Amino acid sequence: MVGVGEHKPAVTDTRLPVDPAAENGNRANGAAQDPDPTAPHANSSRFSDVDEWGRSERMRRLARQLYDPIYRSWFRVEWEGLEKIPTEGGALLVADHAGAIPHDAPVIMHGIESELDRAVYGMADYFFRTVPVIGTMWSRTGGVVANPHNAYRLLREQGQLALVFPEGTKGPSKTFAERYQLRRFGRGGFVEIAMRAGVPIVPIAVVGSEEAMPILFRIPALGRLLRLPYFPVTANMVAMGPLGILVPFPAKLKLRVMDPVTFDVPPDLGRYSGSKVMEAAEKIRADLQQTVYDLLSERRSVWFG
Amino acid sequence: MSGLADHDRRRILVIGADTFWGGRVAQAFEADEKIEVIVGLGATDPSVALDRTDFVKVSDHAYSTLNRIVSAIGADTIVHTGLMVDSTLGSSNRLHDTNVIGTLNLLAAAGAPGSTVRKLVVKSSGLVYGATSRDPYAFTESMTRSGPPRTSVERSLLDAEALVWDFAQDSPGVDVTLLRFANVLGADLNTPLSRNLSRSVCPSLFGYDPLLQFIEQGDVVRALVHATLRAEAGTFNVGGAGRLPLSEVASICGTRIVPLPPWQVGMYAGPLGRLGVFDLPPELVPLLRYGRGMDTKRFADTGFEYRYSSVEAVHAFARAIRLRKGAGRPGEQFTYQEDVEHFLRHARSVARPPTERAEPEPAGPELP
Repeated sequence: MVGVGEHKPAVTDTRLPVDPAAENGNRANGAAQDPDPTAPHANSSRFSDVDEWGRSERMRRLARQLYDPIYRSWFRVEWEGLEKIPTEGGALLVADHAGAIPHDAPVIMHGIESELDRAVYGMADYFFRTVPVIGTMWSRTGGVVANPHNAYRLLREQGQLALVFPEGTKGPSKTFAERYQLRRFGRGGFVEIAMRAGVPIVPIAVVGSEEAMPILFRIPALGRLLRLPYFPVTANMVAMGPLGILVPFPAKLKLRVMDPVTFDVPPDLGRYSGSKVMEAAEKIRADLQQTVYDLLSERRSVWFG
Repeated sequence: MSGLADHDRRRILVIGADTFWGGRVAQAFEADEKIEVIVGLGATDPSVALDRTDFVKVSDHAYSTLNRIVSAIGADTIVHTGLMVDSTLGSSNRLHDTNVIGTLNLLAAAGAPGSTVRKLVVKSSGLVYGATSRDPYAFTESMTRSGPPRTSVERSLLDAEALVWDFAQDSPGVDVTLLRFANVLGADLNTPLSRNLSRSVCPSLFGYDPLLQFIEQGDVVRALVHATLRAEAGTFNVGGAGRLPLSEVASICGTRIVPLPPWQVGMYAGPLGRLGVFDLPPELVPLLRYGRGMDTKRFADTGFEYRYSSVEAVHAFARAIRLRKGAGRPGEQFTYQEDVEHFLRHARSVARPPTERAEPEPAGPELP
């Protein structure tokens, strides 16, 4: 463990570069610890840089290297207002979610990490964790189960950036006929978390992801059988066959960061007024929807922006 | 309010003194001169040498027996280390008998009219939180598990904890401290996970690399002593700081990971366990999938200081494995000889230095 190891005498320190999140977390957890001369063999050297969330900065770097060509050449991602994302302290990033296997999450994480050099933890349904290999890779590359306790710790105790999609699976499961029509924003839990953690919400509007993998229709029976949240039949599958499950169309991805939303309520309250929470959630959803419409009305071509 | 003052001369009853933890806790109490009487109860012979602990072998943990012992020694403190947290040690019937019925009888005895018990310490396990995909990064003491218990160990531990909390509610005069421990590693401790890590190959479930939290065996004993003598009432998670993935644990321990099919684990886990290839008791399987984290801040706030973080506990264990592999089998371990122990404690011919006890007593505890 890193935080404690720093105080210990005679430690052969072969530590790898470790994510600052790990340092913070360990310190928070081990603050009361004390160097103890009676623990003669206390060796805190790590063999990996996996932090308490399962994220590994080395894996993240590898993922960035692999994803960079897709980000730059395939989707030709374009950001607007990246400077509105705080360069320090916690913030909850909220975005619209679309495309059968949504690329908005990796694109936002990749963009902020490579442009601003800040880690982003992508919060998603626990379903990911249950899938072998994918669950582990997802966790190593910054995926965290969307859970109020996790979000609070990331935002409040560690001052990190966390990305959530309040639409949940309802976003990427909608068909192409319903494209860019934002779904219900859950129960407004994301607003309550931001209030409790005392951090701003930064909405990010994304366009292009609907066209990258448009859903023609869903087969609910197959979804149930395979225990997937939904089973889509995409245009990609029709065009490319089995390859279409993985390969998105090269739609141009445009992102617009909106003004951060702050709340004038004290943090760390046990409960927040439901009307205040829902009002804020509705407002953020309406503004995000409007910004998506703005981007769409400015867009001349799906493929070239 | 009813807590024992620090200067009290304590009379402690250790339940499960024949187990790994009971014996070591009793040893630790022996070193504390403020503890006047230590009585250990166990179903089998103790596994470690006890110096001034009076060991009583009880074949059944029946209420009447426990009640007589508790009142006879006028115990002010009961340390319950007898809960089984490893299903490889016995059938599910035995687990139920030990964890649920044993605890039920013990609590009935502790709460009997005229009981002198003022403090109860129970050693439980993080197993009560389970391990599922929905779990938070770390459980705090007030959180409940994300899904229903599916193994007999978890069920019996939850039942035992429920009994303990009923007792705490019914007995406002007793401070009840319940400790939930993370997975323990140590040079002397033998658990399914430590056996797996000691082999040249260690099983994992293909595609999963769970984050695990550990506590070193010495810290467990120190935590139990701390809870008995200093910590206030309540539930506390006890585990080393930080978590690390199973793959890293395996490389520190110098063992190679063998990924097993992640589906239908129950089909092959039993046979592999019986053949002695791997240890995959049902309560270990969810842990190998999703791991578990516990928030240990509350116990640290009572003033407890860990000597090992999770990573350090693994390194200490790896040293022990290397020593075990490098050195030959050690000679005969401690064997309990009842007559010898009885003679040393109670015979008139045994010379006792006056400094042995804080309050010099020429002949030790008198026999009736």
